[in-house]
Parts: sequence; structure tokens; C-alpha cells
Amino acid sequence: MGLVQNVLDDGLGGIEHNFVTARIEDLVKWARSRSSWGASFGLACCAIEMMGTGASHYDLSRFGMEVFRASPRQADIMIVAGRVSQKMAPVLRQVYDQMMEPKWVISMGVCASSGGMFNNYAIVQGVDQIVPVDVYAPGCPPTPETLIHAIETLHQLIEDGEIMRRRESNNGGAGIQLTEGAVTAAPVTLGTK
Amino acid sequence: MSDVAETVDNAVETQHGCPVVDSLGQRVLLATRENYISVVKALVDEGYTMCIDLTGVDYLNLPNRKVGHGVTPERFEVVANFLSLTLRQRIRVRVQIPENDATLPSLFDLHPGTEAHERETFDMFGISFDGHPDMTRILMPEDWDGHPLRKDYDQGSIPVQFKGSNS
Amino acid sequence: MTIVSAGTNEGGQELLSRSDLTAKELLREVGSVLRLSETEAAALASVADEAPEDQTMIINMGPQHPSTHGVLRLMLELQGETVLRCKPIIGYLHTGMEKTGEALSYMQGGTNVTRMDYLSPLNNELVFSLAVEKLLGIDGDIPERATWMRMLLSELNRMSSHLLFLATNGMDIGAVSMMLYGWREREDVLRFFQKVTGLRMTHTFIRPGGLAADLPAGWRDDVLEILENLPSRLEEYDILMSGQPIWRERLQGVGVITAQEAIALGVTGPILRSTGVPWDLRRDMPYLHYDQLEFDVVVGEYGDAYDRYSIRFNEIRESMRIVYQILDRMPSGDYRIQDKKVTPPPRARIDESMEALIHHFKIFTEGFKVPEGEVYVSIESPRGEIGCYIVSDGSSHPYRMHVRAPSFVNIQAMPHMMRGGLVADAVAVISSVDPVLGEVDR
Repeated sequence: MGLVQNVLDDGLGGIEHNFVTARIEDLVKWARSRSSWGASFGLACCAIEMMGTGASHYDLSRFGMEVFRASPRQADIMIVAGRVSQKMAPVLRQVYDQMMEPKWVISMGVCASSGGMFNNYAIVQGVDQIVPVDVYAPGCPPTPETLIHAIETLHQLIEDGEIMRRRESNNGGAGIQLTEGAVTAAPVTLGTK
Repeated sequence: MSDVAETVDNAVETQHGCPVVDSLGQRVLLATRENYISVVKALVDEGYTMCIDLTGVDYLNLPNRKVGHGVTPERFEVVANFLSLTLRQRIRVRVQIPENDATLPSLFDLHPGTEAHERETFDMFGISFDGHPDMTRILMPEDWDGHPLRKDYDQGSIPVQFKGSNS
Repeated sequence: MTIVSAGTNEGGQELLSRSDLTAKELLREVGSVLRLSETEAAALASVADEAPEDQTMIINMGPQHPSTHGVLRLMLELQGETVLRCKPIIGYLHTGMEKTGEALSYMQGGTNVTRMDYLSPLNNELVFSLAVEKLLGIDGDIPERATWMRMLLSELNRMSSHLLFLATNGMDIGAVSMMLYGWREREDVLRFFQKVTGLRMTHTFIRPGGLAADLPAGWRDDVLEILENLPSRLEEYDILMSGQPIWRERLQGVGVITAQEAIALGVTGPILRSTGVPWDLRRDMPYLHYDQLEFDVVVGEYGDAYDRYSIRFNEIRESMRIVYQILDRMPSGDYRIQDKKVTPPPRARIDESMEALIHHFKIFTEGFKVPEGEVYVSIESPRGEIGCYIVSDGSSHPYRMHVRAPSFVNIQAMPHMMRGGLVADAVAVISSVDPVLGEVDR
């Protein structure tokens, strides 16, 4: 109360310690990690848990993440929530490519991380074959607590990471070469028994 | 199927010219490709106005199974479930479909709701339906090879490898 | 380095522009989109020239769109703001579950089906278990307590699913506060599920032969707490939404479907009931012990989005009524059948009996064998009739496992509901159909 009263009385001069010193890099990282917006990329069961995490009980806005952007251009983090099918894979990659740098990916749930129990023709066995993943959240589906932990882990990664990261070491992407003709859209031929 | 006991039995119950089988208390009609449409039409007149489900089965691994009542088993089978809201009864129609000519007349004119089911059966089994307005794949990408639910189509599982593990 | 965005092109599955179609093809397509027979479509002779090519445009909605409930993709042909044709393109969540189902034993099968309709997982497990039990011939021997427990869980699941519908419906129409309320109520039910089954979703709790475990101590108080909290809150939402003019304007008269059309399309559940057809499998073809309970089948009149909303809203109240009756009548006894073939021996027996150990090992490695046969079992899930068709060849794995998913059929009614409506109403229609894409694509 005292602080508020001082500010009311004297303006900014009323704040006793009214300046902070920090490296600009740290401030940028801090700001990035505390306001990272997610792209709503809900696919399956995990999407429901992701929405549940955003709702009132678990309240993702505590971590500055309550805004799920429908447009990938406005998003920083893509939470791949659910199983990625062969038909969805090109779409997923397109959404990722449309996101602005810097961008991060959380692979939520075992289906996104490794295909999970659906080790079959239809599911991409791990979304890291399509986009680079920063944090994997285990569980089927991960509880909101697990997702929050994954998000916190990612925030720590952002704070500890390189500010100018552009993934040049791995070709600016997942380390996979995309050539003309859209490789990811090609069907995977499995052959017959 | 040359099961003597069955062919001799003249007291086979029929409905609309199809032998009737009892499958765990559920009524099943064994239709042929020729009378399939007329049987379904007769069922509609009888009150089975809703086609609840239509799917296929690939019996590749069970070539000598018994279908019942002297019906020759073929590789594919289309199974359609009908429901009567007034009689509160269900009935199932099974049709044998040979491998070398996997086609069946479409139910689209009688039950427009089978549109999606027939597309799914086409996508998953490669059984095509004559008279269907839009015979394209529905679940798999358009350029996919093969029909996944056929028994000679591999499940496509990739062996799990534990690479880079510390233990 | 070249980065090329991989496009999405599903070829013939997509909605083609009018210039790419001859008049006859267009008629056929409208016929297929509207689910009319070819003769009826021909009667719509004006379709070919209802809109010149330069007045219409085809826009793509999805598969990544916030109001398509996951990964539904719609292609809409618009003339101004009016939707002329619409085609749902599905398969973006195709998981090959029916193929995986053939590789899993009957014991493991529940883990597969529970991930189909992830908003009512317990109903999915229930229908799978009922089908397997019917094949095994033990459907008459399930202990009373197991049956009543199944009903309890299934009804609570219906409540949580409909609460989620209220939340997403509110969000899609723009009543975002309803979204937060709906999630809050659903969390209460999920907490109970977590206490009982250990998981919030994808429980695999209802298994062939009974359930995985008994209800935990204090379950009755937990259920009563949910039941006591909910009515006043539902009252609040009723005031917040049902009578509110904006809400009514957005939903009333939108996405109308008649009883005849719904039956022809095979549509079930709240959508069929909204057209005035009193069809609920719980009452009309009872399974478990629903014939011993008193409840009303909520029926609409106009077949519009508002009816579908009110039906689901009031079904929550009916489910609460059912749960009260279940609480009164929950018998004591076994929670699973004591059939050596299906049920693993209790943990304590394994320590003292070699035979029990072998038996336990066999059930979990090889699985139990199911007699040859084929069976179709269906129940009423929150979204409509969910059915399970299993063909057994006598081994421990299903030869074919097919699930008749209500959303898969219901989604096919959307083009019909949308035709002639505004593009803004398309969102209301999607939301009122309440599809779960995991179940559509399987």
C-alpha cells in the first residue's frame, strides 16, 4: 500500500528503487519466455487437455500463455497436441513454416512424440520427423500438470538459450532437406506382406 | 459351401429370398450381389428405414469359413446394418464379394446416408460401389497406395529402437 | 537451401469449382453433397445455373481452424455470404485404429477404442466390452454391481461430454465465458474419474468381463457433491444463455434438418432427437439395466441448432436424475465376472499358487480366446449410436473390429444443414453437430 501511495503522491519519483540494471539479452529472453503465445494446433485427445489447461482451473495465463493464436503468424510456440497422421503431416509442416522466428515446438503426448500405441501405417512415428521439437511432454494424454511442466521447461530453455537462434546448424529447420515437390506430401509405400 | 447337412436341410428360413442366419441372437440375411438392392428395398418397405452402418470384412485368411446355408464364401464381405425405428429391431445383411470383381451396387438411392460408409469401405478395402456419386478416398490421402484394412496390407509398424539410452 | 511448404491437396476429395464440372457432374455432386438421390437432384435443375462461376468462390476452412473441433476441413462454395455447396474433408486424424485393433488382443482392445471418441471414452469401452462379452457368451453373467457401475460411469461421462459441448458451443458462438464455466464443471467430473480410474481421459476402465477395479472409498460422497453443485450452476447457465436474445438469434432456425432427412442420412443422437424423433437406445433398445430406470427422452421440435443445444443441456439434467437412481440402487458384490477364462486371478493368489501365476501370465500375454462368430452391439453415446462390429476367428485377437462412430455419420449431414445459410452460421452448425474427429477418422 505504501508503494502505491508513494507513486500516487510523487509519480515515478515515488518508487524507491526505480531502476533496474540488466543485460538487454536477459531482458529479451525474459520477455519472450513470459509472453510466449501458443499456436492452437489441437489434433486429438491431447487438444482437449490443452484446452483444459487453458481454462479456469489450471489457468495457463499464470504463465503468460492463455492466448492461443489461430494464426500461426502470431504464435511463438506450437504445441502439437495429438497424433499426427500421414495426411496431416504436410499441414503441420506448413503451419510450422508459417510461424515467425523465434519459434519453439512442444510435442505433447506420446502419439506426437513417438507414435505411441499407434505403431501403424497411418501415424507419423514422432513429430520430430517433420518439425524440430524442443520439449517432449509424456503421457497419454499428458495431464495439465505435465503440460504445465513442459511449458515451464520450455520457458527455462528460452531463458537459457541463444537469443539469436536461427537453427543455422541444422539448415534452419528440422535438419531435413526439403526439395521442390514437397517431400513430406509423398505417400509412404509400405509394401505388402 | 458343400456342407451336406446344410444343403439337404430344406427348412431353411428365408426372408425376401435370402437365407436367414442367427448370429448370437441377431438376425442376419445372406444376400447375393444380384438381389442385394431388391432385398434392401424390401427391407425399407418392411420398416427398416435407417441404414446404421455399412462396412467390409476381408476374409483372406479364412477361405474355408462357413457362411451358412450353402452360401459360397468369397474373399470380401460387405456387412450392412439396418434399423427399424417402428419395430425396434435390427437386421444385418451380408454380401459375399469375389476378389477379382470387387464391386457392389451402391445403396445411395435408397439410403443416402451410406455415402460416407461406402467411400470408407472403398478406401479401406478397395470394394467399389456402382452408382455412388463420388467414389473417392475418404480417410487416406488421395495418392495413397493400397487399401489399408486388407489382410495382405501390412500394419506398417516400425520396430521400436532404443538408441542413445544410458542404461 | 530451399524451403518449400508442403501444400495440402487431396485431389478428387476436394470440392471442385463449377467450371471444372459439367452440368451433369455438378448435379451429381450437389446430389451427393446434399445426399439426394440422382432423380431428386435432377429436379433441382436450377443448381447448374443458380450462380454463375464468377459470382462464387470456394474457400477452405481447416484442417487447422479454431472452430472446427480439431482437424475437420470444410470447403465452402460461397455466393456472397451464402453457402451454396459444402464438403467436409476428413481423414486428417486417421489413426488406423481398426487395423491396430486387429493386432491387439481382446484384453488390450479397450486401450484402442477408448481413444476414438475421447470425450466419452467410457462409452466406447462399454460398447467394445459388451460386444466381446456377447461373443464370449457371458453377457448374462456379468455381476450386478459391475453393470450398475458401468451405468454410473457412462452417465457421468455423458454429463462431462455435454458440459464440454456447452463450453465449445459457447466459445464458437462467441460466449467465451461459457467456455470457462463448462470446463470448470467438467473438471469436477474428471476429478471423480481420476479418483476411480486413475486417469482423466482414456481410462480403459470398463473391460470385457467387468471393470478394472472397484469404486474407491468415499465415491458416493464425491458423486453426491457433483450432483449437488451442478443444478444451481446449470440454472445459472440457463439464464446466461437460453433466454438471451443474442444466443437465440445465433442458433434458432440455423442448420435445420427434418426428421425424414435425418433418418435417411442415418443421423442419430441429439441431432435425430432435435427433429422430433424420440429415439434413444437407452429407452428403445435397452442395454445394461436402463429399462429399470426412470428418465425422459428429451426431444426437440424444429431440428435447428437451438434445439440441439437445449437437448444436450437438458440431457445433463436427465443424466443427473439417472445417477441419483443408480446411487440408490448400487448393489454390493463383485465388480468383475469370476470366470477363470476372462478374469485374471487376484494379486494375492499369484503369490501362493503356481497355477494362478501361469493363468495370470497367459491372460496378459496370449489373451483369452473368443469363440468364432460375428456380432454387432450398439449403445447410446452422447453423440448418438455407437456400435461395435467384431468378427472373431476363434483366436485371442479380433479378426475384424469395426466401430460405427456416430460423429462419422452425423458429420455427413452438415452440408445439408449449411446449404443456403450464411457463412457465419456454418460455425454454429459445426458446433451444434458436436463432432469428435478422433471418432470420425478413427
